[in-house]
Amino acid sequence: MKKLLLGDEAIALGAIHAGLSGVYAYPGTPSTEITEFIQGDSLARERKLHSRWCTNEKTAMEAALGMSFMGKRALVCMKHVGLNVCADPFVNSGMTGVNGGVVVLVADDPSMHSSQDEQDSRFYGKFAMLPTFEPSSQQEAYDMMATAFEYSEQQCLPVLMRVTTRMAHSRAVVEVKEQAREENVLNYNAVAANWVLLPANARRRNNQVTAQQKQLEDDAAASPYNSLVIPKSPMSSKYPLGIIASGIAYNYVMESLSSLNRGGAREGVSLPLLKISQYPLPKKLVRQMLEQCERVLIVEEGQPFIEDQVRGVFESTNILGRLTGELPRTGELTPDSVSEALKSLSHESFASAESDSSVPPAISGGADGASLVVPRPPALCQGCGHRDVYTALNQVLAEFDNPRVFGDIGCYTLGFLPPYKAIHSCVDMGASITMAKGAADAGQWPAVAIIGDSTFTHSGMTGLLDAVNENADITVIISDNLTTAMTGGQDSAGTNKFEAICLGLGVDPAHVRVVVPLPKNMPEITQIIRDEINYHGVSVIIPRRECIQTFKRHAKNKVKSEEVKSDK
Amino acid sequence: MNMKTDIILCGVGGQGILSIATVIGEAAMNENLYIKQAEVHGMSQRGGDVQSNLRISSQPIASDLIPKGGADVIISMEPMEALRYLPYLHADGWIITSSVPFVNIPNYPAIEDINKALDALPHVIRIDIEQLAKDAGVPRSANIILLGAAQRALGIDYEKLEAAIRRVFGRKGEAVVEANIKALAVGRAAQ
Repeated sequence: MKKLLLGDEAIALGAIHAGLSGVYAYPGTPSTEITEFIQGDSLARERKLHSRWCTNEKTAMEAALGMSFMGKRALVCMKHVGLNVCADPFVNSGMTGVNGGVVVLVADDPSMHSSQDEQDSRFYGKFAMLPTFEPSSQQEAYDMMATAFEYSEQQCLPVLMRVTTRMAHSRAVVEVKEQAREENVLNYNAVAANWVLLPANARRRNNQVTAQQKQLEDDAAASPYNSLVIPKSPMSSKYPLGIIASGIAYNYVMESLSSLNRGGAREGVSLPLLKISQYPLPKKLVRQMLEQCERVLIVEEGQPFIEDQVRGVFESTNILGRLTGELPRTGELTPDSVSEALKSLSHESFASAESDSSVPPAISGGADGASLVVPRPPALCQGCGHRDVYTALNQVLAEFDNPRVFGDIGCYTLGFLPPYKAIHSCVDMGASITMAKGAADAGQWPAVAIIGDSTFTHSGMTGLLDAVNENADITVIISDNLTTAMTGGQDSAGTNKFEAICLGLGVDPAHVRVVVPLPKNMPEITQIIRDEINYHGVSVIIPRRECIQTFKRHAKNKVKSEEVKSDK
Repeated sequence: MNMKTDIILCGVGGQGILSIATVIGEAAMNENLYIKQAEVHGMSQRGGDVQSNLRISSQPIASDLIPKGGADVIISMEPMEALRYLPYLHADGWIITSSVPFVNIPNYPAIEDINKALDALPHVIRIDIEQLAKDAGVPRSANIILLGAAQRALGIDYEKLEAAIRRVFGRKGEAVVEANIKALAVGRAAQ
């Protein structure tokens, strides 16, 4: 059966069809749609697969391990920086191993469309000594889920699957199975000595997993997802140029080669080409490639993971890529950047390459039009409660000499931009509270933290406990819009529990204040902010009003359900 | 028959470019064509510029993204946004754009300058889809009017787009289907 699916949806459906029993995830662009698809899928509902959002990536990873411990298959999904949050259980899961298959799906965001850094998760796979898959097409993403779960159970290790934004958020036609595999049955066959990571057990497991690496590499060399194509050559000597391409970068290479062919570069696609979609890096195939080519261009999305391993410490002049400037050192690849590299190298390599008819003629007379265009940055929505919070905060802080506001991750990070220019930091999930505390420790006053509801339960609660234990002189604003808004309005783990959480952590009840952020309440809000800044201890202000986007959606659904009722 | 059409859909977050893409994708899928469609989700959806690369072809498609100078059609819900992607437009390419500026930034250029730049290009359809939608009594289907106006440039039969609309909007009831089919016809007439 053919379906038009986003990369994320292909992954989700692939997992369901592979006999998944549960997905565990915290929303994060570009991975969010995987869990959302499973939440809406009819078979997943019929089978009652676990799909509720988790509080953060660490709780997700650990719950997945628990499901695996009981013999069932679990999927963990996150964005790349989420893997930092669950690095502890992720790396240790290599030591415990798995019973039911575990696939850890991480969506990287090179060029940082919606992120704070462009770390490449393949390094984590190598670091934790786990097999790593990197699909190059939506079809491969679907097919790989079944392979990855089987391989995870065969090797008794979790499998890391790495995708990037353009794979996660691009649609293609995918051929999917008509029948889903059954779920695994509940089967406690875990060996406790593997799962109890006391040093004696961990040392033994570390030796086992280290010894297993050769097998993993041999499997990668034989994997159907990796392929080495060396064309029959009329030349007896080495090829002037070969290409190693991984994941989605492989598509840009194929696109460029076909346009070079159209342009008349005679050798065109008859370059030796090694496609890599399964790691550990199959050195055997890389060696074959290097033996047959004068020079090799390495094209990979993200950081130079393969290139660094192939180059080693030798200053080789024949291994080219992001480190040598043929491709941009940072940011995501494009068909244009890959095609430029290939074109200039193939011109050097093949004197016969024709002049450039491969570049399509760009529109003429467009220069004037293009120069008119100005940037259109994202902004807080009209009617958003965060706007009222920043308006009030700025108004009050203008009364103080040297206020500092520590921001966090979410829609409200946009408060950095005009017209508010309201925050002075944004580092990672939860850092607003802990940085405000550190700044207060250093002598800063006023030190204000602003954090969203979902980010607070994700990683802010422990920091608030630190602050309470030392009665730090900080003012924490939990801007509660009752949802995880930036990623599209997913459930927020702490909804209706924030006052109780703050009191439970030991915040003085007199300094837990709730307000409704609306323009008409401005006098009340500003007075509360002023009072709490002047209180020298931990105070928490909770401005609470539903996200305008989810509010509109709920209103629309309500109208619809009323229409349905009146039809009856 | 061999065919290949590379389309850039663009606008401002929330203007509904993805439903245009969905209808084109559905029509292409029904013809057993290959499709790749790169979308923008996440932060820029909050009032920022958004675009989607939609490629349909009778042959397998490698890249999810369209190379510079490769786009056959730019369909834009906003006139300045149409100009943003000019480096991607082929010399013989078409621009189908809404003429109504969406001003949510302080330094939005003069609309006369934008119109002048658009009119200097060889193949441009610039229409007030919002007024047309109001006049036709289908105020929520302005984006489908734009699709109708792009029908010839896309090289997809009108009937196939109409059938795709029936399948895509079918779940939402007959009234929604009819409104969108009417919008498609209004757009066709504006070509």
